[in-house]
Amino acid sequence: MNFLDFEKPIAELEGKIEELRHLSDTDDLNIADEVGRLQAKVDKLLRATYAKLTPWQKTQVARHPDRPHFLDYVNALVEEFTPLAGDRAFAEDRAIIGGLGRFRGHSCMVIGHEKGHDTESRVKHNFGMARPEGYRKAKRLMRMADRFGLPVITLVDTAGAYPGVDAEARGQAEAIARSIETCLDLRVPLISVVIGEGGSGGAIALAAGNTVLMMEHAIYSVISPEGCASILWRSGEAAKDAAEALRLTAQDLYKLGVIDGIIPEPLGGAHRAPDLAMAALGDAVARSLEELRGLDGGVLRARRREKFLEMGKTGLY
Amino acid sequence: MNWLTNFVRPKIQKLVRPKEVPDNLWHKCPHCGHMIFHRDLEKNLSVCQHCGHHMRLPVKRRLELLFDGGDYQRIELPKTVADPLRFRDGKRYSDRLKDAQSKTGEQDAIIVAHGRIGGVNVVVAAFNFDFMGGSMGIAVGEGLVAAAELAVLQEAPLIAVPASGGARMQEGILSLMQMARTTVAIDRVKEKGLPYIVLLTDPTTGGVSASFAMLGDIQIAEPGAVVGFAGARVIETTIREKLPEGFQRAEYLLDHGMIDMVVPRTRLRDTLIQILRLLRLPGPAGEVVALPVDLPDDTGEESAVRG
Ligand SMILES: [Zn+2]
Repeated sequence: MNFLDFEKPIAELEGKIEELRHLSDTDDLNIADEVGRLQAKVDKLLRATYAKLTPWQKTQVARHPDRPHFLDYVNALVEEFTPLAGDRAFAEDRAIIGGLGRFRGHSCMVIGHEKGHDTESRVKHNFGMARPEGYRKAKRLMRMADRFGLPVITLVDTAGAYPGVDAEARGQAEAIARSIETCLDLRVPLISVVIGEGGSGGAIALAAGNTVLMMEHAIYSVISPEGCASILWRSGEAAKDAAEALRLTAQDLYKLGVIDGIIPEPLGGAHRAPDLAMAALGDAVARSLEELRGLDGGVLRARRREKFLEMGKTGLY
Repeated sequence: MNWLTNFVRPKIQKLVRPKEVPDNLWHKCPHCGHMIFHRDLEKNLSVCQHCGHHMRLPVKRRLELLFDGGDYQRIELPKTVADPLRFRDGKRYSDRLKDAQSKTGEQDAIIVAHGRIGGVNVVVAAFNFDFMGGSMGIAVGEGLVAAAELAVLQEAPLIAVPASGGARMQEGILSLMQMARTTVAIDRVKEKGLPYIVLLTDPTTGGVSASFAMLGDIQIAEPGAVVGFAGARVIETTIREKLPEGFQRAEYLLDHGMIDMVVPRTRLRDTLIQILRLLRLPGPAGEVVALPVDLPDDTGEESAVRG
């Protein structure tokens, strides 16, 4: 288990519990009592810490390496997942994975950023930072879903689109723009969930949905706190201040009317109990799909477009 | 117009400040270093006569150069929520906004105007780079929505002229949402069968390039204009190598199939006229087939399109 800086007191307590457990294999009542007492303390501390995470702490939680990623969600929630590869023009970009599958009995198209979980898979998926081919594949798969009347589920988890010479040469900006355009044109339900990091244009490329949800400790922002700090504060050290100023938490985005709902995470964040987090996402997506089922394609499209046309009519104050 | 009241302060400042005579008379070309007499520069549309470098044009000069006889009507843009996040870094965003407003005499970084280009009625949405780097927040999004509505109402082609570093960070996620919002707006123009033309000027990057600015039926760029998604500095620090010659310039995009043409400023208007007439007057040359519709004069939209 990886611990974040602000989780140190929790890590220490859990270390003690671990030690005590190793101390005796016998049913020493005193030790069992002590373990129980410490565990209660851990829970209390977790609850207190996670109830009032700062935006900067949330940024770290959202990027936590042990958090469930796209493929974890797919394995847990989608049956008969059938990955579909390639943009039919240049390459297969594994920063974005997509395919057909069965979610709670219904066929659908599932698309999302995959960050990877170890060095090898992170390199394979380019840390979830897509090149134009990734967005063009997403567009192709969304169009296919549209053709067959299948709902689209997108899971967003990216630091942003890949900033590279090759990506620019092949039209990163155009690829993102077309992906957004496609999201907004679909005549099937589009449910988007920010599961970790919603980084700028690379995120909204998959997230202009009928229903946009965020995990409780996910973040979604126009620029990373570090990027914003280096431009406006002229110092990467100010990332904490930038995270505050940007209002990038699920709770603030909900108040701003940018997202439609927040999916509660298990105590201590999705990384502590991935199964619970994934089940909660499954339930929330199923509910959202149920609300949209049976609606006419034209209505789905018009409502989605109206929603985004209204974005920015209200502030936080 | 109501923003005229903001004009008083900068004017007074101008009177107090001593005139910087040499700066006004001679300009140094940032590309070749030649000194250019201001009248020559003006005559040459701010293009260096020595090396052909296209300098950035102030937005009003841009509009003058596009429309027939330099004649256009601006529309007043609806008011939007200012500083929705109460953002502050070293300085309050609301103060930065006020500074930009008094410096430019404008409400925000976009101007929407309509008039004729080659006799064809068009709507133009042009960015003001002098206003916070032309960054796109809610007000700019609102400008593009209004421009698209006006184009639909007038059955006129829409021309977008971005000059922008990207999304306005100080409006946070709401500025990111303008990418989706402007995409819907311009798509409404396209749905009506009306041409949507983008004139990419220096610079067009970030969230602006990755939304409406790359979705034109026809994509035109000025020579040397920087157009791309990621900033060159960000890319350099990511890949840790030198960027190729001419990277993210208009010519580079042309070579990579991302735009239709690179057109020097001196030929821009003629090129636009030719395209507009080809798309809007499809009958045999000279024969007027479908005259663009004029503004209705008895609708409730009147207030939205006051000049
Ligand atoms: Zn020169």
